Amino acid sequence: MSRGRYGEYGGQYISETLMNELLYLEEQYNHYINDDEFVGELNTLLREYAGRPSLLYYAERMTEDLGGAKIYLKREDLNHTGAHKINNVLGQVLLAKKMGKTRVIAETGAGQHGVATATAAALLDMECEVFMGEVDTKRQALNVYRMELLGAKVHSVKSGTKTLKDAVNDAFRDWIARVHDTNYVIGSTMGPHPFPMIVRDFQAVISAEAREQFLEKEGKLPNAVIACVGGGSNAMGAFYNFIDDDDVKLIGCEAGGKGIDTPYNAAALTKGKIGIFHGMKSMFNQGDYGQIAPVHSVSAGLDYPGVGPEHAYLRDSGRAEYVPVTDEEAVSAFEYLSRMEGIIPAIESAHAVAYAMKIAPKMDKDDIIMICLSGRGDKDVRSIAEYRGVDLDE
Amino acid sequence: MSKISNAFKNGKAFIGFLTAGDPTVEKTVEYILAMEEAGCDLIEIGIPFSDPMAEGVVIQDANVRALKHNTTTDDVFEIVRAVRSKTDIPLVFLTYINPVFFYGYEEFFKKCGELGIDGIISPDLPYEEKGEIADIARKNDVDVISLIAPTSKERIQMIANDATGFIYVVSSLGVTGMRSEIKTDLKSILEDIRDVTDLPLAVGFGINTPEQAKDISRLADGVIVGSAIVKIIEEHGEDAADALKEYVSSMKEACN
Repeated sequence: MSRGRYGEYGGQYISETLMNELLYLEEQYNHYINDDEFVGELNTLLREYAGRPSLLYYAERMTEDLGGAKIYLKREDLNHTGAHKINNVLGQVLLAKKMGKTRVIAETGAGQHGVATATAAALLDMECEVFMGEVDTKRQALNVYRMELLGAKVHSVKSGTKTLKDAVNDAFRDWIARVHDTNYVIGSTMGPHPFPMIVRDFQAVISAEAREQFLEKEGKLPNAVIACVGGGSNAMGAFYNFIDDDDVKLIGCEAGGKGIDTPYNAAALTKGKIGIFHGMKSMFNQGDYGQIAPVHSVSAGLDYPGVGPEHAYLRDSGRAEYVPVTDEEAVSAFEYLSRMEGIIPAIESAHAVAYAMKIAPKMDKDDIIMICLSGRGDKDVRSIAEYRGVDLDE
Repeated sequence: MSKISNAFKNGKAFIGFLTAGDPTVEKTVEYILAMEEAGCDLIEIGIPFSDPMAEGVVIQDANVRALKHNTTTDDVFEIVRAVRSKTDIPLVFLTYINPVFFYGYEEFFKKCGELGIDGIISPDLPYEEKGEIADIARKNDVDVISLIAPTSKERIQMIANDATGFIYVVSSLGVTGMRSEIKTDLKSILEDIRDVTDLPLAVGFGINTPEQAKDISRLADGVIVGSAIVKIIEEHGEDAADALKEYVSSMKEACN
């Protein structure tokens, strides 16, 4: 495939002002990713600071309850800051530091990527500003305060739909004005090349570890790997080192919202059309004249009208399949995993749990499913209570 | 020779931008004609987009206003049709690439050719991705206008060699919007570009006062103004024609 392309997807559809910076970023990334000192430093941070390798946990009660395939959870929720986001952020912020930048910016939906970026910036002594849609600052008020505690400045984005896509718009608008001292630490496998590649590479640690852990624990690879997909970084990380293992099914769970027959979903692969936005050619939820559509998900982290270009390619090539999971199914799975295993998953990850609950009973007892449990659900407790009509302030 | 070169025959060019459908489709036609009458040499018509990533707040808001009453790409073509029945002024589209991609490149550029659109500026289609539309645009006599930014440096030659119509020189880092001061060393950037091309060079981003227009037109072949014009439309709504004429003529005068 040509540089920065995944089939027809990907590319660099971005302002000329940013082009030299993107080329420089790619060059620097290619240099440092092959530099033993950088890789050593990053691996030390992942191990000593983020807590890797993350556990591969056998969910015995859930397995018995569902009565089919053995279910394993890849516990990204146990990472420092509570999600897979830290894997990518430590890589990108360390890279920014090596490149001589003094400031990083990030977009955030649920707040996990913003918290992770603020954390890495605190650790590596960088200035940090985070862009977050006004709607999300309300849904995830606790994460706003966490970022501020960590020394970051949080911008509440009031344009457009006031959610993740608008946060990305404003992050790009900030970056274009300050390319000289700032790196945009993008949170998912999206945006113009080289971002989808860089984020995938930093997240691929998930499947690299899982592959070894399965061979050690089970002596074989899983039959299916299931992950939720917004932009698609935890899914890309969970899939990547299994792509060449043809017998491992790769399944991405998109936000089906209130249903894919309603306009209230964020399932870009299921309901979107090919388009060009946020620097990439990929699949997007859009209206009749190519206007980007307002989308909906109970999960702020999946509330994005597009998907990373490599997922669009994996879908077209048939290597991975993508299924919609509704708000209701995800909330039920959120509650189910909490009661069954004593693990409160992020509402994003609960989309993957929900789909595993659907297919596990139909599979053999010898079969194995890996769910990428991309994050912890503490941040979601308030909004799930609200969803269920429970008033916590009474 | 493209019709765009006509814009640079009447002294230094003044290029005005407005967003189609703001405040209404009919008013956009009227305002384009008013700007021409007041001395505009070329007009950029913005096709409204839900997520105008390269724009500052003023033009973002104009996009919101235009989309609020569902201004479509077909409506924008109707604006062009109405304007073309009255004038030959060079017209270019300023559009993000997704509405064009969605419409279909063949269909979009065929319509541009038929209606007399002379060029297209797409802020999210850099040199590397220009191949998306280059052949189809050429076939329909539509110039793809290239942008050169203060950060372009060694990319200047590659971009300029491939450029047609005029070159849009971005004055400053950042998004569109009025700036009190342009700090970039425009003189040296413009010299670097002139070393490799004979195309006219027009400078945009941040320019809003006659003083700025005067300073920049000493160095460049044209001055591009967007946000200041859109701001006048925002303030005067459906009665902006006189204020636009007054502003445009003061700017055109300052250029020469």
